[in-house]
Amino acid sequence: MLRYVLARLVLVLPTLWAVATLIFLLVRVIPGDIVELRLVSGGAYVTREVIQQERVRLGLDKPLWAQYADWIAGLARLDLGTSMWTGAPVSREIAIRLELSLQLAIMATVVAVSLAIPLGVWAAVRRGTWADHLVQVFSVAGLATPSFWLGILLLLFLLSVFRWLPPMTFTPLWQDPVANLSQLIWPALAVGYRYSAVATRMTRSAMLEVLREDYVRTAWAKGLAERAVVLRHALRNALLPVVTVIGLEFAFLIGGLVVTEQVFNLNGVGKLFVDAIARRDYTLIQGLMLLVASAYVLVNVLLDLLYARLDPRIRYA
Amino acid sequence: MHVRRRLQQLGAAALLVAVLVAASGTVGSSAPAPPRRGGSLSFIVSAEPPSFDGHRETTFAVIHPIRPHYNLLVKFDPLNYPKVVPDLAESWTVSQDGLTYTFRIRSGVRFHDGSLLTSRDIKASLDKIIFPPQGVASARQAMYEMVESISAPSPNTVVIRLKWPSATFLEKLASPFNWIYKADILERDPRWYERNVMGTGPFRFKEYVRGSHWEGVRFENYWKPGRPYLDGYRALFISSPAAQAAALKFGQALVEFRGFAPAQRDEVVQFLGDRATVQESGWLCNILVVPNNQRKPFDDFRVRRALTLAIDRWGGSRALSQITFMGPVGGVMRPGGPFATPEAELTKLAGFGRDINAARQEARRLLREAGVPEGFEFTVKNRNIPMPYIPAGIFLVDQWRQVGLNPRHVIQETGPYLADLRAGNYDVGIDFTCDFFDDPDVQLVKFVSSDRNPLNYARYTDRLLDGLFRQQSRERDLQRRLQIVRQFERRVLSDRAYQYHLLWWQRIVPHWKKLQGYRVGPSHYLEDLEEVWLSE
Repeated sequence: MLRYVLARLVLVLPTLWAVATLIFLLVRVIPGDIVELRLVSGGAYVTREVIQQERVRLGLDKPLWAQYADWIAGLARLDLGTSMWTGAPVSREIAIRLELSLQLAIMATVVAVSLAIPLGVWAAVRRGTWADHLVQVFSVAGLATPSFWLGILLLLFLLSVFRWLPPMTFTPLWQDPVANLSQLIWPALAVGYRYSAVATRMTRSAMLEVLREDYVRTAWAKGLAERAVVLRHALRNALLPVVTVIGLEFAFLIGGLVVTEQVFNLNGVGKLFVDAIARRDYTLIQGLMLLVASAYVLVNVLLDLLYARLDPRIRYA
Repeated sequence: MHVRRRLQQLGAAALLVAVLVAASGTVGSSAPAPPRRGGSLSFIVSAEPPSFDGHRETTFAVIHPIRPHYNLLVKFDPLNYPKVVPDLAESWTVSQDGLTYTFRIRSGVRFHDGSLLTSRDIKASLDKIIFPPQGVASARQAMYEMVESISAPSPNTVVIRLKWPSATFLEKLASPFNWIYKADILERDPRWYERNVMGTGPFRFKEYVRGSHWEGVRFENYWKPGRPYLDGYRALFISSPAAQAAALKFGQALVEFRGFAPAQRDEVVQFLGDRATVQESGWLCNILVVPNNQRKPFDDFRVRRALTLAIDRWGGSRALSQITFMGPVGGVMRPGGPFATPEAELTKLAGFGRDINAARQEARRLLREAGVPEGFEFTVKNRNIPMPYIPAGIFLVDQWRQVGLNPRHVIQETGPYLADLRAGNYDVGIDFTCDFFDDPDVQLVKFVSSDRNPLNYARYTDRLLDGLFRQQSRERDLQRRLQIVRQFERRVLSDRAYQYHLLWWQRIVPHWKKLQGYRVGPSHYLEDLEEVWLSE
């Protein structure tokens, strides 16, 4: 098992290096100039000298290879550099937003998992009945409903029925749990519902497949209680694809909730991403892309490890 | 008889008050009450400050949250624009030849760290703006090219010598970005203020949570007795217009100082009823139409003139002011401002006349004469900011179709849009200007030759125009200066039609009535919380 874990971890480094190089080149292909955006886009009169001076200060006058070497050297020291827009360390810019995004991703995952697993199992066990149809309608509606739209509906509901608006600024959970949850519960519900729809369908189909297996039939034949057959024998074996879906969705939530964050005015990684791209803040874009890529890589490694834990055949292979 | 006269006097007084209220542009404002101390003001800022240094930034996103931590040398009176009033300068004198400004600096002013302010701090701050050291960016350096030297001969005196007299030097000094910093800090690290805050202003820095909010608290040792009225303020960073309106409606913020579109205003007013008031003012911002003077057929004066003749600005003003904050029709200077072109003169300029049918006939004639075929296709490059750029672009496309042209509206993200305009990769662009005070030096610099101002994207060189710009800038006689400005205007907008304004903007600021001591002015850069108070 240890060798398996080490092998997976060693593969992470070249993957991240390749991603970093690709990101570095891609962001420089986008047309636009951070210096102009910062000094000129507001309509102010700024001389050519000031613009050039700012380019030099940001290191944008250096050849591409020198900029790349600087960045990679920084990465080797775990230094993502400083944001070209704000001058603050990229790691700090991301950390401030990551707290919110991570909490939202976890809350949405809790919502999704607590809906998806019971509903998916219930629908599979009651296949073809009204219960199955009800769950299918619920999950198809979830797939068809964009989370930002559901978020707007939730907000409108709160505004028109309770004449109440969730807080517009983030309060950390440890500082004031009530303020924190009253802001984040609504986007978590909106995002969690769509997320649960994917996982519900996956759980149902995986369960249906497993329930047809011989060992499940044997369990029934042995006269085991339904609860034991379904939960202990069937569900555990049906979980592999479900865990994959949940893991990948979780990684997506770290930086992918751009529109939902706009709707609820959330200061998350998604909004930071959009702002960084709009401002051509190369160092911040690079840091963020690396974060998202790392999240995917890490989730994949964790999933591989979880597979090995759930299914011994994988770790012995 | 005596009673009747008394009633007439009262009636006249009431009429005067009504006129003054109407003139202030305030709709539904209540009778003045004595200022009340206490409370914290929450307001919305639609963007975040890139750095904390006003000297290097150009955005209102720096002014609204951070300016309350600082004082200026002199400033625009927040309740009486465009009057310049003392701030850290107690008084000043100007020499007969207009070349020497001597400022007497207030004594007893303390920085937030407890140290005393002296003229050395003023000199160091102005030096950083006007003569920035190597590696330090100053966005407004070019505005002060007439300054020869700054000296601090005594702890209470600052002397500024000019190379040539400038008609509005004092107003330029009152730039809301000219924050006074501490000399010792600047000496140690001239870039310290990019990431830190420490001034003499009415509010001390409390907290900044990126992407969320900025907070200030009252500075108890503030030099002005009884100010500020507020205990503190909280600037909330909310970029979405829908979320801004919602935050205002539900009292999470009392105001957004930059300005709302009419639909947002109506939504807020409808919801809040008599708890809201709306202040409106002309705005020192406008939309510019920029033909590429180096690209065919726009290198032909007749084509550029035809484009401006085809635009029905007066009709557009009526229509667009219903859905956007564009509205007033004006020339190079803000309509309603001290340098505005009178309507009788304005309507003589190509494209600004009242008879749109005649203007469009003339436009068609000019296009024919220039050999531009019916249905001629060209692109109109615009930025992807919904308000007011996209409605402006749609309107222009419609106007030009009415003279037989076939423009294509290309909407780009701001980055590529600016890159294309700079590189000359466009046929016609939609640009804008936004300034902090009414002054030909500030509003006309956009139109001087492209080789002198890199932000003139229209790509032309006109030394006569450059000369007029220079001439008006040094002219101290207001009437003579106005004549030169009119001459400049005719040449840019009409005679050569290099580039032209579509419409100027109208500031619409709905806010909770309990926000008092605030008066909307023509610039969203001039917001000042020193006199603001909350009635409940």
